Amino acid sequence: MRHLLSAADLDQPQITEILDLAEEMSLVQGRAVKKLPALRGRTVVNLFFEDSTRTRSSFEIAGKWLSADVINISAKGSSVSKGESLRDTVLTVAAMGVDALVIRHHASGAPWQASRWIDAHVLNAGDGTHEHPTQALLDAFTIRRHFRHFVPDLSSFEGKTVAIVGDITHSRVARSNVLLLNTLGAEVILVAPPTLLPAGIDSWPVLVCTDFDQVLPHADIVMMLRVQRERMSGGYFPTPREYTIGYGLTRPRLELMKPGAAICHPGPMNRGLEISADAADAANSLILDQVAAGVSVRMSVLYELLGGAE
Amino acid sequence: MSGTGMPQAWPEDARPGVAGSVTSRVVMEADQIARACARMAHQILEANRGADGLVLLGIPTRGVPLAHRLAKVMDEIEGVRVPVGALDVTMYRDDLRRQPTRAVGRTDVPVEVEGSTVVLVDDVLYSGRTVRAALDALGDLGRPRVVRLAVLVDRGHRELPIRADHVGRDIPTRTGEHVSVRLTELDGIDQVSIEPAGNPDHGEA
Amino acid sequence: MRDLLIRGADLVGRGRSDLLIRNGHFLDPADVDGDVNELDAHGLVALPGLVDLHAHLREPGREDAETVESGTLAAARGGYTAVLAMANTTPVTDTAEAAAHVAALGVRDGHAQVVPIGAVSKGLDGVELAELGLMARAGVRLFSDDGHCVSDARLMRRALEYVRAFDGAIAQHAQDPQLAGAGACCHEGEISGKLGLPGWPSAAEASIVARDVQIAELTRSRLHVCHVSCAETVDIIRWAKQRGINVTAEVAPHHLMLTTNEVLGYDPTFKVNPPLRPTEHVEAVREALADGTIDAVATDHAPHARHDKEHAFADAAFGMLGLETALAVVLETMINSDLLTWAEVAKRMSIIPAHIARLTDQGRPLAPGEPANLVLLDPDARVVVDRNESASLARNNPWHGRELPDPVVATIWAGRVTYQKESRVVS
Repeated sequence: MRHLLSAADLDQPQITEILDLAEEMSLVQGRAVKKLPALRGRTVVNLFFEDSTRTRSSFEIAGKWLSADVINISAKGSSVSKGESLRDTVLTVAAMGVDALVIRHHASGAPWQASRWIDAHVLNAGDGTHEHPTQALLDAFTIRRHFRHFVPDLSSFEGKTVAIVGDITHSRVARSNVLLLNTLGAEVILVAPPTLLPAGIDSWPVLVCTDFDQVLPHADIVMMLRVQRERMSGGYFPTPREYTIGYGLTRPRLELMKPGAAICHPGPMNRGLEISADAADAANSLILDQVAAGVSVRMSVLYELLGGAE
Repeated sequence: MSGTGMPQAWPEDARPGVAGSVTSRVVMEADQIARACARMAHQILEANRGADGLVLLGIPTRGVPLAHRLAKVMDEIEGVRVPVGALDVTMYRDDLRRQPTRAVGRTDVPVEVEGSTVVLVDDVLYSGRTVRAALDALGDLGRPRVVRLAVLVDRGHRELPIRADHVGRDIPTRTGEHVSVRLTELDGIDQVSIEPAGNPDHGEA
Repeated sequence: MRDLLIRGADLVGRGRSDLLIRNGHFLDPADVDGDVNELDAHGLVALPGLVDLHAHLREPGREDAETVESGTLAAARGGYTAVLAMANTTPVTDTAEAAAHVAALGVRDGHAQVVPIGAVSKGLDGVELAELGLMARAGVRLFSDDGHCVSDARLMRRALEYVRAFDGAIAQHAQDPQLAGAGACCHEGEISGKLGLPGWPSAAEASIVARDVQIAELTRSRLHVCHVSCAETVDIIRWAKQRGINVTAEVAPHHLMLTTNEVLGYDPTFKVNPPLRPTEHVEAVREALADGTIDAVATDHAPHARHDKEHAFADAAFGMLGLETALAVVLETMINSDLLTWAEVAKRMSIIPAHIARLTDQGRPLAPGEPANLVLLDPDARVVVDRNESASLARNNPWHGRELPDPVVATIWAGRVTYQKESRVVS
């Protein structure tokens, strides 16, 4: 595997391999010596044009536990006519001699453009509103573990329904999850007010519903997306109150969930807006498991990209 | 025959076999494998003066069922329960970068390695590099009191100063040849054969 | 300067004839007298020199991207003898002095006639009228805030009314900022949704045009619609013309051929305002150009320095080169598909643009007494476009690597050869 830019880059066997490997990697967390030598001598640069302590440290730990040398660069996005072009920034970093570039950028498509300019492996850590493949992988890892409580060794999500609820238009987590969950055979239902559904949604391999209560009893997994209050100034919905009543995972809605269903959220959460405190802390909430899964899954992906011959 | 490292003449009972091509020859049948396992199980317990602190860690793939067989003998014949697990060494291989990314196997260590007597179990001992990787992997898990090595087949041609403590059979080979170990748990049959050069590798130690 | 005799050209696709040029004008070829330079034009088609209603020459202010000199050299290569230069320079062309400066640069450095376009509003801020009258006295007839939309309806009305006094026209860059803001960079639809790019719906263009044609009707003034990109706008212009509203429209070559699929690779070369649209819109604008609903082809030549394009798609500058390849694209999409004849191309790329811009020396018949502005072309030559071969200083060429016609053989402006592909003029 040369790059991981999109969740669509992976077929089911590859996803299964990555998740299985992540299971092995998760054992490292419990050891006294949290090190595997597999990426010794490799250099990984986290080139983040957008702040994100959580994702960046997750990649940093993942690389270090695999014995790679990890460097964090916080690049300020340069606008036209001011400062370095994206190409210059990427080439400068690559010229220092890196094996892999983990890129997060506020603009969709930046990792694709970077992959055309350099030889190093490129890993998309989130590009604009487009994709966030490692998030989708750690979501799948967490969900798979949850399903395996009922069916050990389950590897396909065939017959399972995942509801993704919230600001789909601006969510790279949603896009990557739609692609990955589809590859794993799940049925995906998107729930949002019409203003937060993207153009061309009819061509996506999903069902769409604007009524959360109708969808909730059928979902095996309810994935809540963060809603930014700034979206209100864009006129996407009138008030937070109206959003919560229509699309929030409130305490009454917990009762509507199917037995055995679980709750996900990519974080950070707006407690009280899209997710109530009760839901976030519920017994069937996988949110903390998602956070814990981040390092293992990213170790797995880094190994897949860098662990073998060039 | 014990693991003294001296090459032997071709075993009298080698004969053309049904495994692979016409010039491959079977060197161990199911009953011989069973006897070798039984003997090794006794030797392990003897060397340790019992089962205290003992843990068997099989190196995937075929070291794992072998480790389970050894544990079963120890339980049936000696009445002692010895913990069994698996130690994957892929990440510690010294040739990782020479091939496309290798898939990683399961690691399952049932007890604390710290202070234990770890017996690594593998099917074939060849260059010794797999065992070196296993020692490194073990080192990151803790500090065993003692590490020993049990292999079903020692085929010679060491590239590192590594030797097995317990050997099922010494089988001299030419470097181009492959020793193929088949176990019922994975392959449906118990058999050790030598395939001539050019046959696909079965992942030797 | 010696006379130039052009032998055997097919004049606007109507038949072979010779042309004689002396002192910048055509003469009866029979009046050949003394030593003469000859140009063998057998097999070539002659059109009146092309006139571009919409180009960004970037000078003054961004001479690293293009200058009047390099831009008009590119124009000459494309068969153009006149270029109208948009006002969004630095400083903005919003005073008579600024307009005169641009015109003077054209006189000094130009390989084609350079006519400045004046801004509609001061500094392109969309709030107050610029000195339209004073600019008109300096020769400006077309006014545009291109790059920005005159979105304030009252300002648009005032501007349209005001320019009536001197037969001016307002050229609108139609983009409702509330429907398609500054970040909108790609047609709003399936692809923008998948790629996570802020979208630009057709309605953002069509709704402004719908409003503007009503205002043009109200004010009885001349409205020109820049770079029509979608079917909805075409329908509105058709309706307006049927009502007798004085509106003209242009289309850019890239909208005649390229679709929104080009942005799938996130290559900012294909980032343009208005954006590339799906196939049904490309077909609609081609039909409109064929039936005259769209009056002219205008290049919207938008050179950019490399460092302004080498950004993430959403951050990169808008625009593509167009002067050198415009005729090739029109030849490929309209002539080779039998949608237009050479005479109709001459109208849409020379005669009508000259009329809209009120240029008296351009778009004239190729006949004795007329100014000698023409382009000679070989309809059959083809080339694989190499952006590094461009006369423009910029390299944001959407046609790079594509096989296109390569028609322009020679361009003559006011009797001087401003471009020839190979040396064809012999003594």
